[in-house]
Amino acid sequence: MSSFLDRLTGRVRLGGWLAVAAPVIAILFAVLITSAVLLVAGNDPVEAFRTLADYGSQPPTMALILNTSVGYYISALAVAVGFRMNLFNIGVDGQYRLAAVVAAGLGGAAVLPGVLNIVLTIVCAVVVGALWAAIAGVLKVTRGVSEVISTIMLNAIATGVGSWLVSNYFGVLNGNDLATRPIPDDAHVPGIPLVAGAPQPVNGFIVLAVILGAAYYVLLNRTRFGFDLRATGQSETAAVASGVNVRRMVVATMVISGAVAGLSGMPELLGASFKYSNNFPTGLGFTGIAIALLGRNNPVGMAVGALLWAFLDTSSDALQLLNISKEIVQIMQGVIVLSVIVAYELVHRYRIVAEQRRVSRELAAPAEPEGAAA
Amino acid sequence: MLRNRVSKLAAATTAGALLMAAAACGGSDDTKASATGAASQGAGAGGAAQVKVGLAYDIGGRGDGSFNDAAGAGLDKAVADLKLGKAQELEATQGETDAQKEQRLRLLAQGGYNPVIAIGFAYSGPLGKVAKDFPNTKFAIVDDPVEGANISNLLFAEEQGSFLVGVAAALKSTKDNIGFVGGVDVPLIHKFEAGFEAGAKAAKPSIKIQTKYLSQPPDMSGFGDPAKGKTAAQGMYDAGADVVYQAAGGSGGGVFDAAKAAGGMAIGVDSDQAALPAYANVKDVIITSMLKKVDVAVFDFLKNYVDGTVKAGPTVYDLKAGGVDYSTTGGKVDDIKSKIDDYKQQIIDGKITVPSS
Repeated sequence: MSSFLDRLTGRVRLGGWLAVAAPVIAILFAVLITSAVLLVAGNDPVEAFRTLADYGSQPPTMALILNTSVGYYISALAVAVGFRMNLFNIGVDGQYRLAAVVAAGLGGAAVLPGVLNIVLTIVCAVVVGALWAAIAGVLKVTRGVSEVISTIMLNAIATGVGSWLVSNYFGVLNGNDLATRPIPDDAHVPGIPLVAGAPQPVNGFIVLAVILGAAYYVLLNRTRFGFDLRATGQSETAAVASGVNVRRMVVATMVISGAVAGLSGMPELLGASFKYSNNFPTGLGFTGIAIALLGRNNPVGMAVGALLWAFLDTSSDALQLLNISKEIVQIMQGVIVLSVIVAYELVHRYRIVAEQRRVSRELAAPAEPEGAAA
Repeated sequence: MLRNRVSKLAAATTAGALLMAAAACGGSDDTKASATGAASQGAGAGGAAQVKVGLAYDIGGRGDGSFNDAAGAGLDKAVADLKLGKAQELEATQGETDAQKEQRLRLLAQGGYNPVIAIGFAYSGPLGKVAKDFPNTKFAIVDDPVEGANISNLLFAEEQGSFLVGVAAALKSTKDNIGFVGGVDVPLIHKFEAGFEAGAKAAKPSIKIQTKYLSQPPDMSGFGDPAKGKTAAQGMYDAGADVVYQAAGGSGGGVFDAAKAAGGMAIGVDSDQAALPAYANVKDVIITSMLKKVDVAVFDFLKNYVDGTVKAGPTVYDLKAGGVDYSTTGGKVDDIKSKIDDYKQQIIDGKITVPSS
């Protein structure tokens, strides 16, 4: 029997037409509820959706959506690795920011030239993210501290440490902005002109995001480690019985999650702003949690989720042009996550009830001819 | 099992496509592209009514009762007094990237809005890029020195205004213990703190000053979280302070609440906060406000635009130019007004140089 958590994190799969029904129901829910909210707020939902479609289909917006979604996707992968073994890494936010601060400081110092500097910066971010996440993993296996609590606290500490590093070591004051020294031009990751007609190219890290998505799939589904990870997530006692070292798995998974989290800040650092400033985007880790839930920890599902999320985020200006409050975007995002969770749960329950009926019919069926014969 | 997986992937992909489709079926035959709009570049020549102002707020936007509201007031006054066309205002969202800020400015410039005003130093990098692409549009930015042939920088000497309210705090304090609540620990807010401290020390060298910042960058929540402001100020009143100055944007309301609960005094920032309807229930505790006249700067810029006299480069709004000041609404500093004005004159005359960090 599957638990709600198993169904929530996509460990139980839907087959056949049910797999289509769930997302369709989710979208209908989301559109209906959002329309109701728009109507209550005195806006025309049809016009709002049309504006969103118009705006989202313009080349510059499409490029912006892709660029925004790259970081979202990598962050969602970081969260999903933990989810698959029931580890709730709420600390992706702190991990990517601290990784970005240290990496920006090192990259800005330009100790190595060109491509080597890019590699060094990325490796630095991976290591910092992994180490920061490892703290929570070690605390969990040695002291039994819930990773939810420790990662939330580590987020706050990461903010403080990052701010201290920028203020005292890496920061250069420019007007009212305090930022790390910019990473030199030869160490910028070049963009790819993917969208025709857009003034800006697509962030080069989109390639890394695709590779990471594939690696995530292979790691979980085609390796011994991935099997152990999923097994531990489904039943810890069964995993122990079959010889999985659960403590080692907890630390290893947190380290992988943190390493990927460290990467999620790199598209912004090495592909867009080239420095860590007071305006470095925040909240990427929490966006990742929502997208992991939305995509049900599936690499393609999360990609769709990341694109949808980025689309909604960039739509706030278009809605404001219609005099629709930008807060509607957050309402939509929340409604979509809830709709997906509710729709999948409903479909799962339908599947369970249908299976039970089928089983009881099959059990009842052979009894009938016997009864008839008697 | 593999088949299930594939069908699930297909379903997830279809889901995304369906949502787009659902959004599109609102009737795309209508060609009115409201997002970009038909650009009517350079509205300058056709009189004030054709001037369409684009204004991009920082986090908090209209209704923060502080910095953004002051900019909004300047825009409202300009639209009314100079009879400008309909202005377009856009707000920033928490945690967004520079690319999203850039897109916002681009959207305004592309939509034919001219001039375009960016509120807050967060727009520095994005504005620098966008201004180059729209050489015929005039841009202004508040609080940032980013350079460009078509960028006017509206800068303020916050430390000078803060010095005056520091004097007021010190003179009003009976316990010789005052506090400063900063929204976010960023260089801009350090100017407020430095001026406040210098003013208080000038009036009462032995005074004790407690300082607290509500959040560390890049977490900008300290500018929009009244609960944080309340907790911080409560702690200061409990620790013996009787006047607290806040430079915390939308979090400032919490500081006023704490002052009211503790029976203490508070000092407002940016707008004349004792006169704002939003703070009507706590106006008794607001003895004065440090005025940072973003409204005047925005209005002046728009007036210059209409008159065709916009100059690129920095304009500094200091005490001398009347760009910063202190408010006397409520009459709570009337008894010490002459002393404050004395300091004011000395700063204007250059006899006192106020530190900015």
